[in-house]
Amino acid sequence: MRIAELVMALILGVMSVYIMWKSGLSQWEEGWGAPVRYIEGEGPGSGWWPFYLAGAMLLCCVWVIVNWVRRASPPSRSDAVYLDRFGVMMLLKVGLPVVGFVFLIEYVGMYGAMMLFLFYYVWILGRHRLGLALAIALGAPVVTFFFFDVAMRIVLPKGYLEPLFIPLYDIFL
Amino acid sequence: MDVLPLLFDGIATALSPAILGLTFLGVVIGLFVGAMPGLGSVNGVAILLPATFLIQQSFSDPNDGTAAAMIFLAAIYYGAMYGGAISSITLGIPGASTAVATTFDGRPLALRGDANQALVTAAIASFVGGSIANIFFTGFAPPLASVALSFGPPEIFALMLLAFATFVGLGGDDIPKTIFSICFGLTMAAVGFDQISGEPRLIFFDVIGFMHGINFLVLAIGVYGIGEMLWTIYTTREKITMTDAQISFAGVMRATGRTFTRGWKGMSIGSGLGFFVGILPAAGATPGSLMSYGIAKMTASKPEEFGKGAIDGVAAPEAANNSASTGAMLPMLTLGIPGSPTTAVLLGGMVIWGLTPGPRLFTDQPEFVWPLIGSFYVANLISLIVNLAFIPLFLWMLRMPFTILAPIIFTLSIVGGFAATQDMHDVWLMVFFGLGAFFLRILDYPLAPAVLAIVLGPIAEPTLRQSLLLSDGDPMIFVERPIAGPITIIAIILILLPVFKFFWARRHGKTETAS
Repeated sequence: MRIAELVMALILGVMSVYIMWKSGLSQWEEGWGAPVRYIEGEGPGSGWWPFYLAGAMLLCCVWVIVNWVRRASPPSRSDAVYLDRFGVMMLLKVGLPVVGFVFLIEYVGMYGAMMLFLFYYVWILGRHRLGLALAIALGAPVVTFFFFDVAMRIVLPKGYLEPLFIPLYDIFL
Repeated sequence: MDVLPLLFDGIATALSPAILGLTFLGVVIGLFVGAMPGLGSVNGVAILLPATFLIQQSFSDPNDGTAAAMIFLAAIYYGAMYGGAISSITLGIPGASTAVATTFDGRPLALRGDANQALVTAAIASFVGGSIANIFFTGFAPPLASVALSFGPPEIFALMLLAFATFVGLGGDDIPKTIFSICFGLTMAAVGFDQISGEPRLIFFDVIGFMHGINFLVLAIGVYGIGEMLWTIYTTREKITMTDAQISFAGVMRATGRTFTRGWKGMSIGSGLGFFVGILPAAGATPGSLMSYGIAKMTASKPEEFGKGAIDGVAAPEAANNSASTGAMLPMLTLGIPGSPTTAVLLGGMVIWGLTPGPRLFTDQPEFVWPLIGSFYVANLISLIVNLAFIPLFLWMLRMPFTILAPIIFTLSIVGGFAATQDMHDVWLMVFFGLGAFFLRILDYPLAPAVLAIVLGPIAEPTLRQSLLLSDGDPMIFVERPIAGPITIIAIILILLPVFKFFWARRHGKTETAS
């Protein structure tokens, strides 16, 4: 936990510096960091607000590190592991599939990805009956289709499964 | 302004069949998300906000549609305050953070075989808290809104500052981490095109997806949908035991009687204190219920009974969390400053539906405001009835294995995140925020300030810049104006409060301040 606290503060610190850089320091067409400056008669430039916010974020990271050195915050005193075995396994079994879900949307569409994810979670992770897993994995896309594509007219991505939906479009849209 | 006719009109609108149906649906969903461990009102509201576009579109009059959409979400908020108690009592884990204090005495009561009493007390106290808060709300909102009409950019920015300062001063979390969270949320709100100069900014790694900015829902669903689910699985370890309750009509009546005889004190403390704590930005229902519990215990004739199943100990936090949730609506509707993460999401929703939050809402959009206020009264009553009538059903639903609920929530989050902006870039960003929220949470980084900040960012930045334009760049404008001045000074005191506490503790020879 102690090391994680320091590493996290450093990562967030680097992120803050990057945001400061991005908020205008990276542009030098009109003089270095023009958007960050206060323009007389025009008020602050477009990068002024994010620049100083990111600056405050950086200061906070420094503050967290100072607390870390003084062992003032609970995580900086804790000897516990940052993420125990259960946590790592959970991220592999739950977090990774969530990322996989989003990754698959491009290929098999929202509905295909949803079906695979639900089936995996309920049947393999949840060890529920096959019938229940199939019911959820097949029922959810049907409900979602009628709610989003049909009722709200928000077309969810279909990926390579698009041809399968054409007859449905003809009926419902 | 005469309030009562407007209120009765509002209640009449809220009682029209379509709106009543939506309120009922919202309350049931709210009770469910509130009761489910790991899900609270904010999760329900954030995940279901994209669905309200359907509600808005299905009304022929756009004003009615907007009011209906808002009423639906407000009903979820309301129902969740009732529902949180159900799992606090029967499972011993709070269904939502707002119901944490309910576990202190509700769980011992249930373990003693009196779950029935605890559930009924929670429901009755919630109803009383909600009703008293509604009356306060109706009384305070119109005058506050008319005062706020004279506010200019410096006053509004000073209020924003106050909202963030309460997080720092009263939030109780690690201070640098809280400030980091606020600034992070504000920075994320600044991504995309600058509203004033029209220049693109913060296009990270030159990815085009950042050009349209970061929708607050992407952060809210990431944090409260994906991050929260991971966190719940991680902390509960999927091990939950449940105490059953047998509900009968006679039992409910007996328990109601006992609630009033032994819980009146807790209820009155909770209702009053909860409302005023709820008004404070950043405080909201969770600290409101904890404080009410503490004060009810301090003033009790037998404080030793607290923690062992005191009826007052259930009544105080439950009255407070309902009262506070209404209180949190007050600054949200009158000033455009949300008092809790849930109201922050509601405020974001109002912007999406095309309303301009702020004091003008009361004068410009009475057909939106009054039905909403009317619906508070209606939703409160529906919540009580549904809660008492369907306790067995909720107990049955709580037996739903987490391995079925969790994938459904993940799926709803991803579909909802896509529906909000219809851009895969935002879905990826949402997953990134969700995982980031999980890792940060282990290290005690508070995330609610970031969600509040991303909603307030688009108001805070222009008001700050306009104020500085008014004063030619002199920041003293926030101190010198008659209304902005005191607000800014209170905000500064609140920010410095932890510093005072630190020196106070040091002078008294304590190195640790009690939490």
